[in-house]
Amino acid sequence: MKKFLLLLPLALLLAAPAARAQLVHSEKSLYREVLVYEENGERCMCFTRQCRIGRQSCIFLSDPHRFALNYTRMMLGGMLFTGPAPQRVLIVGLGGGSIPKALREILPQAQIDVAEIDPAVTRVARRFFGFKEDPKMKVIELDGRVYVKRAIRSGVKYDAILLDAFDHEYIPEHLLTREFLAEVKSLLTPQGVVVGNTFSSSKLYDHESTTYADVFGTFFNLKAANRVIVARPAGLPDEASLRARAQEYEKVLSTFGVDAQSVLPMFTTRPDWDVKARVLTDQYSPANLLNH
Amino acid sequence: MSQRLLRGPALALCYVVAFWSGFFVMGIELLGGRILAPNFGSSIYVWGALITVFMLALSLGYLAGGRYSLHNPTLSRLGVLLGVAALTALPVLPLAGTPLENLSIHITDPRFGSLSAAVLLFFIPTFFSGMVSPYCVRLLVDAEESSGRRAGQLYFVSTFGSATGTLLTSFYLVLWFEVNTILLAMIVLSLALAVLSLLFNGRRA
Repeated sequence: MKKFLLLLPLALLLAAPAARAQLVHSEKSLYREVLVYEENGERCMCFTRQCRIGRQSCIFLSDPHRFALNYTRMMLGGMLFTGPAPQRVLIVGLGGGSIPKALREILPQAQIDVAEIDPAVTRVARRFFGFKEDPKMKVIELDGRVYVKRAIRSGVKYDAILLDAFDHEYIPEHLLTREFLAEVKSLLTPQGVVVGNTFSSSKLYDHESTTYADVFGTFFNLKAANRVIVARPAGLPDEASLRARAQEYEKVLSTFGVDAQSVLPMFTTRPDWDVKARVLTDQYSPANLLNH
Repeated sequence: MSQRLLRGPALALCYVVAFWSGFFVMGIELLGGRILAPNFGSSIYVWGALITVFMLALSLGYLAGGRYSLHNPTLSRLGVLLGVAALTALPVLPLAGTPLENLSIHITDPRFGSLSAAVLLFFIPTFFSGMVSPYCVRLLVDAEESSGRRAGQLYFVSTFGSATGTLLTSFYLVLWFEVNTILLAMIVLSLALAVLSLLFNGRRA
């Protein structure tokens, strides 16, 4: 018996647990370890072992074209249904590149710029997730905030800006402040739209909501496991024009496995947060401490 | 070997100053990350630049503090060092705005941009903070055989202060207060301790 007890830790170390995701690739970067796992026909990019703290991006191996994560349809729908067809799009945070890849197909005329701080993420997206740069779609290796400031100075404007730089483990706090959102707002064309992939739980939800409301006023709040905020300084469209645009994109979205109609009921402007929560600023931005 | 320069409350005050100086340095270093982020981002280069500048300024401060302790060391002069470190941290508040933005426009490389910014904002106050510890050692040491023990105690107190400053700032202070409020409060506390050192020194004489 005693011998068995001694062997037990060893057995635990050596025995491979059943139904574990298989590690396909791992790459150390300046910021983290970028991991690629495969399980049940899906391939995912993760920043933690066994994807313990969320998945950054996933594709179906049998059909890489179809969206595997729910929030991507919320972000695309949020952006496409709210404003006129964008000519120039900025995406902050590349991940596996599902959203830029889809946008490149849906809006073949549009110029797509992606700000991604971590070159390892870009490498893995190219090698394992079918992300390809071309003259109409380029990745800029820079901190999102630094890029936004430079873009403002260079005078470029975007019709749509998608903020997708957060994961569940760590939030770049300077990308979730009133000052940053004001900079993003000033980078928009008059009809421009901002879409932010953010958090649906924790105390941060309240603070993030009041911060967006402070800069943009009323916004669409799409909620599932993730939460997607859609804001537009020129004002939000009414239900009829949302529905009309959804119809316009219905066919092309269905090729990604997205039912445009299923996104429509998610558009709501009703505040379900503490409207008195303190607004996050460059001076006060404990986003990671609030995200528990 | 000379007589011990301090006793009683003055001796305790010397330890308090060393503790606080350690707290002050790390508190400012952590706030530094937040101050640089809007213009330089929060990439690994920014933290690398900050830590480099703080370490470099401290190391040169140690040299200068040791040298300064050779001539008539007093508690009041220690207070002056602490006060100067606090006052030279004051320009961080106005420099953090437009000047940093201009700097980020002129130096676009993320490494050298944040390095220059860290030098501009934090080198001088950290240099003077670094002078505090060796100066304290001189005030505390009374005999050759106990000099190592005194130096050890002082390292303990000042590094423990650094640990406390790091933890309190990153876990709690930023959750409760604005960056500038924390910075100003730390400067005021440093000045109060500096004045206290001047008063104690006067009383002893």
